[in-house]
Amino acid sequence: MTTEVLTEDLSEHNQHHKMTGIKRWLYTTNHKDIGTLYLWFSFIMFLTGGALAMIIRMELFQPGLQIVEPDFFNQLTTVHGLIMVFGAIMPAFTGLANWMLPMMIGAPDMALPRLNNWSFWILPFAFAILIGSFFMESGAPNFGWTFYAPLSTTYSNGSTAFFVFAVHIMGISSIMGAINIVVTIMNLRAPGMTYMKMPLFVWTFFITAYLLIAVMPVLAGVVTMVLTDTYFGTSFFNAAGGGDPVMFQHIFWFFGHPEVYIMILPAFGIVSTTIPTFARKKLFGYSSMVYATASIALLSFIVWAHHMFTTGMPLFGELFFMYCTMLIAVPTGVKVFNWMATMWRGSMTFETPMLFSIAFVILFTIGGFSGLMLALTPVDFQYHDTYFVVAHFHYVLVTGSLFSIYAGAYYWLPKWTGHMYNDVLSKWHFWCSLISVNLLFFPMHFLGLAGMPRRIPDYALQFADFNKWISIGGFAFGLSQLIFLVVVIKCIKGGEKAPAKPWEGAEGLEWTVPSPAPYHTFSTPPKID
Amino acid sequence: MTTKEYESYYVPAHSKWPIVGAFALFLIAFGAGNYVHDLNNNSSGYGGYLLIAGFALIIYMVYGWFSNVINESMAGRYSHQMDNSFRQGMSWFIFSEVMFFAAFFGALLYARQFAVPWLGGAGNNAMTAEVLWPEFTASWPLLKTPDGTETNEMGWYGLPLINTVLLLTSSITAHFAHVALEQNKRSQLKVWMVLTISLGIAFLFFQVQEYGHGYSEEMQLYLTSGIYGNTFYLLTGFHGMHVTLGVIMLTVMFIRILKGHFTPNNHFAFQAASWYWHFVDVVWVMLFIFVYII
Repeated sequence: MTTEVLTEDLSEHNQHHKMTGIKRWLYTTNHKDIGTLYLWFSFIMFLTGGALAMIIRMELFQPGLQIVEPDFFNQLTTVHGLIMVFGAIMPAFTGLANWMLPMMIGAPDMALPRLNNWSFWILPFAFAILIGSFFMESGAPNFGWTFYAPLSTTYSNGSTAFFVFAVHIMGISSIMGAINIVVTIMNLRAPGMTYMKMPLFVWTFFITAYLLIAVMPVLAGVVTMVLTDTYFGTSFFNAAGGGDPVMFQHIFWFFGHPEVYIMILPAFGIVSTTIPTFARKKLFGYSSMVYATASIALLSFIVWAHHMFTTGMPLFGELFFMYCTMLIAVPTGVKVFNWMATMWRGSMTFETPMLFSIAFVILFTIGGFSGLMLALTPVDFQYHDTYFVVAHFHYVLVTGSLFSIYAGAYYWLPKWTGHMYNDVLSKWHFWCSLISVNLLFFPMHFLGLAGMPRRIPDYALQFADFNKWISIGGFAFGLSQLIFLVVVIKCIKGGEKAPAKPWEGAEGLEWTVPSPAPYHTFSTPPKID
Repeated sequence: MTTKEYESYYVPAHSKWPIVGAFALFLIAFGAGNYVHDLNNNSSGYGGYLLIAGFALIIYMVYGWFSNVINESMAGRYSHQMDNSFRQGMSWFIFSEVMFFAAFFGALLYARQFAVPWLGGAGNNAMTAEVLWPEFTASWPLLKTPDGTETNEMGWYGLPLINTVLLLTSSITAHFAHVALEQNKRSQLKVWMVLTISLGIAFLFFQVQEYGHGYSEEMQLYLTSGIYGNTFYLLTGFHGMHVTLGVIMLTVMFIRILKGHFTPNNHFAFQAASWYWHFVDVVWVMLFIFVYII
């Protein structure tokens, strides 16, 4: 019985005091603290990347060079992309995972709490290096977030070294974060919570984490090759030495395509949580959702070269990657139909999380369809590197991933802060975002079909009208996001007290604990039947 | 699993080590960036010092962090479930390392199967060869690059073969060490550990010899000698770094064994180091086949 006494002692010790001040945030091992850090960091990065986009849209408001030099324009598009992918979307999802996963599976914390803190704190340093490069003599990276060789090697402006090492430590952060998620889910589920009883949100993060562990090291490998090509005289991506610039694209997109699913699978998890809640029905086809998510993840490894149809691949390659890519529409379609079937004849109410979720389903599907168009090799020959591509990936990443993050944030804000958010303001946020985002991205389809190339600071006169409207949409969308900031701050400071379960139709362990969630939850795991 | 195991899952209160580690990585990344940048511009700066400071700090961090973990483990705070977390964490870390090497193996295979033959006119690339480098003939190993850099092939017999035998043997001795630990035969354990570490160091010694041979006048196989030299040095180089890390891990385990740590049932750290060692061994076998033999 000595062991039991010891256990008691230790759990006493575990219920330690919260540290105060800055030390609490620097030294914390608490998943809720770390989740909060991730979420705030990602929102700050979102505003930073958004500010860069505002300058881009100012430049593109009229034809002709207005306010920035072409080289600086390239730096803006590059860093905008890098910040939004690695600094905004991915950390926001990791933040949600940190906050919600342990509560959803009935675990006391993440499995490796110290590692969790390390994963987070690497990120501000990595982005300090990346953003700091704007102020160095060589300037920021100007070769696009995809850093194609030889733009990043032979023709680098000297920013490659900082870029490479910043990406290296971001990668370390992502891999450790992903390992933590996998181990937490495999090892810390409450007794009785079998894999097929896990909320779909947990499933999507589980699968996403596997994708991260598999492809982030490949990114590390390819940036290393870019580094040695640029500074140490190797010729991986230089035909004169027997290498091949196209090989860069193969290795990069072997990382890059799973990466885009890393940014959308968690979004599927979020809307699969919110839609059943506000439709007051069980999620339609739970197990098919799990299998669809897994199929998308597996297929993501064999479709990378659809980003490279115009590189002159052998015909067999073009066909293989075209068919495999189109195959992804099947599991994705299963998901969209399941969400619709969940809403079908449900008792729906339209709280803000539900509004964002419904917008997600519709607008993500538009992004999915333009993706299907891009998957067709002969068609892609025309669309490649035009604004059609820009429209496509902004529909999936902004109205897809970002809208799902907003849905999740509004859904769980009462649990995090203990207060209800301001309903009127949140609806303003939604409707302003919805209208402006479509004004911003929808005309890009037409520009692309008409042949306007991406990543160019100037354009032909016939594109002027569309670009003006796009810029207006862009400014409006940017401003609308500040409403969200106000809503969150007001929600933290006060507001209507939130009950433990503010949503009538909500299910899951996170609603069995009080709002705001206590610093430690489920020190003793609940029993799941 | 019983409920009791869940109740004792240890969540450390707070820790300064992660933030120290994050700052160390910042110093390494920023220092390395400056260092490489200066190297390229032939200027001298403080990058190298930052890099060294970063590595020193990360060693300090690893020491402090692992000391905490070891103390907590020895104090009996860890449950079976915690042990599982560590094991799964280590397995997935090794998997991520496998994928890191996969990127370089991928580059090697792509260059051999596609890039080099296409430069020589294979497939529908006759005009590529004709227009770019009509003199160039494709071969593997690529001993003469399109721009005319010449080099020589590193044979698989001799040092590489000896090294293969050394590393394979060390994997076996590491396994025997594990068996000895599980049977609580401490003196045998020490012998097997010394053998494993010595074999690892011998491997590294010969690897350095081989690099010296590569960089000799006779061989002229440099890092800059086209795609053959690139893949050769980056693959063997990253493998060598991993062997070095493995030797350091095993040495730390040896010191802990001398201090009387580990029991037949509780020796996760030892097992992690031994998994890591088997992993570098497997990578070497792949290297030996794809870089040297074929």
